[in-house]
Amino acid sequence: MTDAAEDLVSRLRTLSNEARKRDLAMINAAGLGHAGGDLSVIDILTTLYFGVLNVNPERPDAPERDRFILSKGHCAGALYVTLAARGFFSPAELDTFEQPLSRLNGHPDASKVPGVETSTGPLGHGLAVGVGAALGAKLSGANWRTYVVTGDGELQEGSVWEAAMAASQFRLDSLTVIVDRNGLQQGSTTELTIALEPLAERWRAFGWSVREVDGHDHGALLAALAAVPFEPGRPNCLIAHTHKGHGVSFMEDRVEWHHRVPTDADLQAALAELGGM
Amino acid sequence: MRELQDCRRAFAATLLELARSDDRVVAVANDSVGSTMLTGFGKEFPDRLINVGIAEQNMVGIAAGLANSGRVPFVCAASCFLTARALEQIKVDVCYSNRKVILCAMSGGLAYGALGATHHSIEDVAWTRAVANLNVVVPADPTETAQALRAAYEQDRPTFLRLSRMPVPEVHDASYQFRLGRAAVLRDGNELTLIANGVMVARALEAAAGLASQGIQARVVNMATVKPIDDEVVSAAATETGGIVTIEEHTVYGGLGSAVAEVVVLTAPRRMRILGVPGVFAPTGSEEFLLDHFGLNPRGIEDAALELLQVSSRR
Repeated sequence: MTDAAEDLVSRLRTLSNEARKRDLAMINAAGLGHAGGDLSVIDILTTLYFGVLNVNPERPDAPERDRFILSKGHCAGALYVTLAARGFFSPAELDTFEQPLSRLNGHPDASKVPGVETSTGPLGHGLAVGVGAALGAKLSGANWRTYVVTGDGELQEGSVWEAAMAASQFRLDSLTVIVDRNGLQQGSTTELTIALEPLAERWRAFGWSVREVDGHDHGALLAALAAVPFEPGRPNCLIAHTHKGHGVSFMEDRVEWHHRVPTDADLQAALAELGGM
Repeated sequence: MRELQDCRRAFAATLLELARSDDRVVAVANDSVGSTMLTGFGKEFPDRLINVGIAEQNMVGIAAGLANSGRVPFVCAASCFLTARALEQIKVDVCYSNRKVILCAMSGGLAYGALGATHHSIEDVAWTRAVANLNVVVPADPTETAQALRAAYEQDRPTFLRLSRMPVPEVHDASYQFRLGRAAVLRDGNELTLIANGVMVARALEAAAGLASQGIQARVVNMATVKPIDDEVVSAAATETGGIVTIEEHTVYGGLGSAVAEVVVLTAPRRMRILGVPGVFAPTGSEEFLLDHFGLNPRGIEDAALELLQVSSRR
C-alpha cells in the first residue's frame, strides 16, 4: 500500500470511530434509533463517502454525481452522521434527530435531506431504484456510478430479487450492491429465520459478479470498490461481512441491540471503548 | 350515433409525440407492451421502452430511479396490478421521494369484466387519492386523454392517470382545453348536478338528456381530476342546484363520490347520491353488463336523480 493509501485508510478509521460515537450519542439523546445496524454499516458508509463516491455537498443534485442509496433505511442515523461529516448539512443539526419537525426522521426523507437520493424505510425498495438510476446513466452514456447498501435480512424481500434479475438482464455493470452481512435481523439470526446461504451463489445465479470482504476493513473495502466493474457487463455484488454493534464490546453480535437505546451509562461505557468524545 | 373510440389509441399517439420531442421520455412496462399499446413506441425507440417483465414493484422502483437520473418515465401497466401490487413503491419511491413519474394505469374500473374481480380495478382511485403529492386524473374521452397526458408531463410532481379500455364517444369538442385540477361543466342546469368522470361522463350526458325530456334540467360536470379536486365547481353545484349525483366506475368508498362529498360537507351541505360499485366484488360479465348490473347507465343515473329530487318518474 502506498503512503497516500495508508493515509486514507487511517483517516477512514478515525472518521468511522468519530461517526460511531456521534451516532450513539444521537440515539441516546433521541431515545430512539437502530444502534446495532448503524455500527454494522458505518465503516461502509465512511468508505463510500470519503473514499469512493463522486459527490459534492455544495451541489447535491449535480447530474453527474454518483448515486448512493441506503436501502436499509432504518439505519438513517449512520447515514445522517456520515452526510453531516461530509458537509451535506451542519453536524449541529444531528441534535434534532427524530425530534418533532426535524427533517432527520427515523428513516431518510429524500425530499428534505440533501444527499438522500430516495426515501427508504420499507425494506426491499432501494435496489430497484438503483437499477433505474443505473439504467438512466447507461441510456445517456454517462459515467457516473450507482451504489446501493442493503441489509441482509432485507434480502428476504422478494422485490430485491426482481431488481437483481433486471440488473443482470440490462447488464448494469455500473451498479454495485453492498450487502451489510451482519447475520442478524430484528429477532434472530438470518439463518434461523429464513436462511440466506449460500448467499454469494444466489447472487451469482442471478447474473451478478460477486466478491466478499471484511466490511469493517476500510482498506479491503476500498480495494474491492476500486475493482468495479468486477466483470464487464455484469452488476457487482460486494458481500461485506460485518458485525452488528461493531466497535462496542457489549453490543457486538447481540440481537437485542437492533433497536435498543443506550442508557447514559451504556453511552459512557461505549464512548470509553471508542476513545472518548 | 357518435363514433366510439378506445382512449388507449390517443394515449399511445400522444406518448409517441412526447417521446419524439423530448429524449428524456421513457416508457416502463410490465410485459404488457401490447395491451398498453406501446408496440409503436418500442419500434421507434427500442432503447427507451423498458420492459421489466412481470414485476410491478420493480417497475415502479425502476421508474423512480430513472426519474432520479433525469429521465421522464411513463409507467404503463394494467391498473389492477400497478396499484395493488406496487402501492408501497408508488407511495415511497415516487410520491414521498417526489419523483416526476407518470403512472399510466390501463383498463381501470371494470374494464376486464369477465376476467373477474382479481382484474377489476375499482379501488385504484381511492388508494392513489390517499397518497400525498400525487395528482389523480380519470379522463373521459380520447381528446381529454391526450391533453391529460400532456398536462401530467408538464407537472413537476407525479400523476396517476387512469385510462379506460371501453370504447367511448367524444364528449368534448375540438376547442376543449383540459386543465389539471379544473372540472368542465358540459351542460348547464340548476335543478340538480351530475358529476362523473371516465367512461361515466357520456352516460351522465345521456341521463341529463333523458331528464330534460321530463322537464328536469341537470347540470353535468366532468370531474376528470379527482385530486386536486375543483372545489369551486363542487361548491357551486351544491349551492346553485338541488342536489348532486356522482357517478364513477369504482367502489363507492373513497373515489369521486367521496372526494365530492368531502367538499360538499365542508362548504355547502346538500343531499347526494353516490353511484358506483356498492362495496362488493363484482361478478363476472362484460364491462357493459357489469355497468348495467350496478345501475351505472343512463337509466340508473336518471332514477337516482329522480329519487334525489323526490320526483316520481313521468315515464
